[in-house]
Amino acid sequence: MTIIYLLVFGFAATAILGLITSWIDRKVTARVQYRVGPPFLQPVYDLVKLLGKETLIPAGASKGIFLIAPVIGISGVIAVSTLFWVNQFFSEGFMGDWIVAIYLLTIPSISLILAGFASGNPLASLGASREMKLVIAYELPFILAALVPVISAHSIRLSTIIDSQAGGVFAGSISGILALIVAIMCVQAKLALVPFDIPEAETEIVEGPIVEYSGPGLAIFKLMKNMLFFILPFFLMILFFGGLRLNGINILWTLLEYVGIVAIITVIRNTNPRVRIDQAVRFFWGPMTLIAVVAVILALNGL
Amino acid sequence: MGKTIIPIGPYHPLQEEPEFFTLTVEGETVVDIDMRMGYNHRGIEKLSEMKTFENSTFVVERICGICSTSHPFAYTRAVEDIFPMEVSMRAKYIRTIIAEGERIHSHLLWLGLAGHFLGYNTVYMWAWKLREEILDVMEILSGNRQAYAMFKPGGVRRDIRSEDIPICLKKIDSIVPTLVMLKKAVLDDPVLHARLKGVGIMSYQEAIDFSALGPTSRASGVARDVRKDSPYGAYQEMEWDMIVTKNGDVFDKAVVRILESFESIKILKYCLNNLPDGEIDAKIMDVPPGEGIGHIEAPRGETFHYVKSDGTNRPLRHKVRAPTFMNLPTYKATIQGETISDATIILAAIDPCYCCTERIAVKDGKGRMLYNGKDLIQLSREKTEKIKKRMGGR
Repeated sequence: MTIIYLLVFGFAATAILGLITSWIDRKVTARVQYRVGPPFLQPVYDLVKLLGKETLIPAGASKGIFLIAPVIGISGVIAVSTLFWVNQFFSEGFMGDWIVAIYLLTIPSISLILAGFASGNPLASLGASREMKLVIAYELPFILAALVPVISAHSIRLSTIIDSQAGGVFAGSISGILALIVAIMCVQAKLALVPFDIPEAETEIVEGPIVEYSGPGLAIFKLMKNMLFFILPFFLMILFFGGLRLNGINILWTLLEYVGIVAIITVIRNTNPRVRIDQAVRFFWGPMTLIAVVAVILALNGL
Repeated sequence: MGKTIIPIGPYHPLQEEPEFFTLTVEGETVVDIDMRMGYNHRGIEKLSEMKTFENSTFVVERICGICSTSHPFAYTRAVEDIFPMEVSMRAKYIRTIIAEGERIHSHLLWLGLAGHFLGYNTVYMWAWKLREEILDVMEILSGNRQAYAMFKPGGVRRDIRSEDIPICLKKIDSIVPTLVMLKKAVLDDPVLHARLKGVGIMSYQEAIDFSALGPTSRASGVARDVRKDSPYGAYQEMEWDMIVTKNGDVFDKAVVRILESFESIKILKYCLNNLPDGEIDAKIMDVPPGEGIGHIEAPRGETFHYVKSDGTNRPLRHKVRAPTFMNLPTYKATIQGETISDATIILAAIDPCYCCTERIAVKDGKGRMLYNGKDLIQLSREKTEKIKKRMGGR
């Protein structure tokens, strides 16, 4: 049963929805920029093309870690997405799976850091060190923001968090909306999108950690990114909007909320330049952490 | 912390031009920069010496793909300086129109690229979309989007038809609101302020010391513009402002370029509205022996051409200096102490045109430089002596 969960939900469903999400993102971006945008299947074409290419291993790389890093990353993503799906549809979570989810969501970043340092390329290690700083920057406000639903639901079990929003979503309360703002900014950084695409910064360090990757390794990293693009909004929906509610009129609401979150992320990424790493750290440790702390205090007081 | 070398080039990942920078970095801080040019020697000067005075105009037009008019402009002025002679007023106006249209699209191109380097791709696409309108105007006026082929020694090759002028004015007016919006989006964006203000500062003194040119120097408070200092074309005919700012950082360089685009629109509209009647070509026949210089304000700074004639129909010597040649060394002043994140935009802030700057580099089979600057000056002096002897001591 676990295998089916992992393959069907954790991998297949997440990958398909992730690719669709990345298409939405690219299409909206293109329209904002007076461009036509890619056809619907373009993300799939990209993936298939990369899978057919040769894998090049740079001479200075540590081979084992270089090859295993993408696998580690995508494994973490599959595991965490499985966790979300089973909580969503089968209520088969366990006590404390919120902690596991937070933990697993950092695995992709760690795999990128591994990949960067294993590449033996100065640009890659620069990207990896930036990724490290960025993880340190956004994890604290992200955990604080994700704590708000836990406090409101009095449970660290994701299915309980979903169930307790049956009456009214947490995004409707003051603490919830503050935490949601912080969480969206952190998601932006987790997805490494502008203004927080500092670790990849195509125009500065040429994609950073993945500069040396080609072929299937790069394809797996790209797929991981696309899956994250679905999972992180999904996680926000579980925490603040009561998950995916697939009954009656709520299907429409769910769709609107999901597309809304993706659209906000896309709009932020299209209306901002990239910030410097020190500015990003200051942003997350300063205003974002402050707002998150306020949200936690409000949640503790039942607001 | 140990020092790392970050290479940029020989093919620039962004600017798609051949040049090589080695950034010495400590952590994320750039402590030193080394620049190496010479990957793209095209032999333009030699080519020009093998063509007639008229044909050379088209060769120099191909020095730069973006400021394709500034080189013919400077070259024709250098040839006209040999006589000396004056071109007709109408030709001067047409030259000014082409040069200013080019300045607008060049500045918009830079603005777009700067946005792209900062990861702000929306600005990139919007600026380039706006640039298309200007290119349309240029196409109506000259028949080409780029490389207008409008210039010839003694005048211009093509007249502007009076029925095209209202169409062009309408198109130019139509881009102003979008340009104003883009200006607000760039100059009032707090994130851009955080990113660009105080970054890559070049002080007034450094701008003087490095002999920086064009918007690069005007952003540092050096009020230097060939259009004002030594007026040519039709620039003294109308009122326009030289944009000078004080801070010398990347943000000010952007400000200068954006505001200059508005001034260019002003000049362009005045010229189109007040185009005088008259001949467009002085129909010069033989170029007398002698030498002439021509310098004009290209979008990136002063472009300088020197032409020497021995009375035949070809230039004996033709020397070109593109503005980037002077602006390139300012990296030494601007980049040290900044972070790698800022290095990209600082390296782009002078609006570099490396290919246009390339003149000569002599290397052996192993890629080592054979001549340094001193040797080249020595060689050039020897050649000058040889030419002098051949011409009978003139």
